[in-house]
Amino acid sequence: MPFQSTVGDYQTVATLETFGFLPPMTQDEIYDQIAYIIAQGWSPVIEHVHPSGSMQTYWSYWKLPFFGEKDLNLVVSELEACHRAYPDHHVRIVGYDAYTQSQGTCFVVFQGR
Amino acid sequence: MAKKYDAGVKEYRDTYFTPDYVPLDTDLLACFKCTGQEGVPKEEVAAAVAAESSTGTWSTVWSELLVDLEFYKGRCYRIEDVPGDKDAFYAFIAYPLDLFEEGSITNVLTSLVGNVFGFKALRHLRLEDIRFPMAFIKTCGGPPSGIVVERDRLNKYGRPLLGCTIKPKLGLSGKNYGRVVYECLRGGLDLTKDDENINSQPFQRWRERFEFVAEAVKLAQQETGEVKGHYLNCTATTPEEMYKRAEFAKELDMPIIMHDYITGGFTANTGLANWCRENGMLLHIHRAMHAVIDRHPQHGIHFRVLAKCLRLSGGDQLHTGTVVGKLEGDRQTTLGYIDNLRESFVPEDRTRGNFFDQDWGSMPGVFAVASGGIHVWHMPALLAIFGDDSCLQFGGGTHGHPWGSAAGAAANRVALEACVKARNAGREIEKESRDILLEAAKHSPELAIALETWKEIKFEFDTVDKLDVQ
Repeated sequence: MPFQSTVGDYQTVATLETFGFLPPMTQDEIYDQIAYIIAQGWSPVIEHVHPSGSMQTYWSYWKLPFFGEKDLNLVVSELEACHRAYPDHHVRIVGYDAYTQSQGTCFVVFQGR
Repeated sequence: MAKKYDAGVKEYRDTYFTPDYVPLDTDLLACFKCTGQEGVPKEEVAAAVAAESSTGTWSTVWSELLVDLEFYKGRCYRIEDVPGDKDAFYAFIAYPLDLFEEGSITNVLTSLVGNVFGFKALRHLRLEDIRFPMAFIKTCGGPPSGIVVERDRLNKYGRPLLGCTIKPKLGLSGKNYGRVVYECLRGGLDLTKDDENINSQPFQRWRERFEFVAEAVKLAQQETGEVKGHYLNCTATTPEEMYKRAEFAKELDMPIIMHDYITGGFTANTGLANWCRENGMLLHIHRAMHAVIDRHPQHGIHFRVLAKCLRLSGGDQLHTGTVVGKLEGDRQTTLGYIDNLRESFVPEDRTRGNFFDQDWGSMPGVFAVASGGIHVWHMPALLAIFGDDSCLQFGGGTHGHPWGSAAGAAANRVALEACVKARNAGREIEKESRDILLEAAKHSPELAIALETWKEIKFEFDTVDKLDVQ
């Protein structure tokens, strides 16, 4: 077979860091990831930003970090509330690790346009 | 009471073998695996090691009496059998803190692994582990940034960093080299790496490389919206030249540079680490020559010692082997020393080869870098072994993709994220590795092709250097 027909053209994609190369998660898959954040003892934090500012270090907080929150449903409903309030913004969830003072994880749940 | 000078040769053990000694918290402790010449008693061999690596010499000398030897001498305080090796034994030696210059790994190694390694009464000698006392650790600069700060600078959370070395390792012109960097980064890698062999050869002078690479990094960053970097190798002929290259990398606004710490030497490494700390530059560390020193089970220096030394001398990432790839490395042993790179306290655990409790205090952690003969099929095992605070580097496993480096990079990124997602969701990623990767490949033709390309490649050779267990 000629070379050209077997080689695909890889097109650069703009992505949003962790999980940026996976298809959008289903509701259940998002639940699993939030459950992981809570199980690690991390505090869930919701952040959002207009896509034009996605490379900023600081995105806007949605309310305050949900310190000590163990209720998955509450975190999910807050994510949805943030998305409703800012439908054109990226919305990400962060697991804040107070021991290392780092983010245990961070990924975008809703992509703005 | 003052001693009298009594010229002649005494047995080492009279002075340097002290089984009743209780080590101080401030002592630097070392464990050597000793294999003596036939007929030499263990205590004498062990005491000779203590003596020759501290205050002793072969003969009594008059000037010893000007010194309070009890204060300065190293002491062998324990001897243990080596499981599975009837010729060798472990000697545990305590060195007083004042034998070493503050913050100088060079000085520690000159003493501990200096002349003593050529000593005729020994057939073999291996430095297995060092317990650095907190009092010494506090005099070392350590990693210029460390894991937490590096994550913040690179904006990477909740997963290992993904990288690759630019290949072919020698011969590319600066412009072609920058192209390969660009392809990898636009495809989804976080970081690319100069091969350790790349310094400033006639085919590609360092300034050419730095400029084209900087352009590639910036362009990929702009197009993907993610933070990217390339380890610019600053290992050079002289320290002056090394700093010159580091300064230029900073001028180009690059986030990370690189040094080869064993061939370059600890003094150069500590200096460059200090420069990086002052200039907000991350430092990637290669370990060429390590296997010459650490691979023989009876002679040399175990890599866990070299790893601890690097954490103190300074580096933000260190190569540690892959366990699963083409290069030597036993799983438990590797886990033992990557703990010593990353944790703030590592307990004694002989099943991981750690001979001492090691308290690191507030010293920042170092990313463990897994690189060498790994490909997508290894991804689940690599994540399970190395965890999130690691950098996984696929050289051949990126550039060898039938569609090229960008597609190879994307395949690795998809595989990595699929494994992280599965792990977080509670799946056993090593057991279910095949399912996880094949599921992920359904939405990534790049991954599907990578899985097909490398399905038969394995590196199954027995490890040469194993833990001493029966």
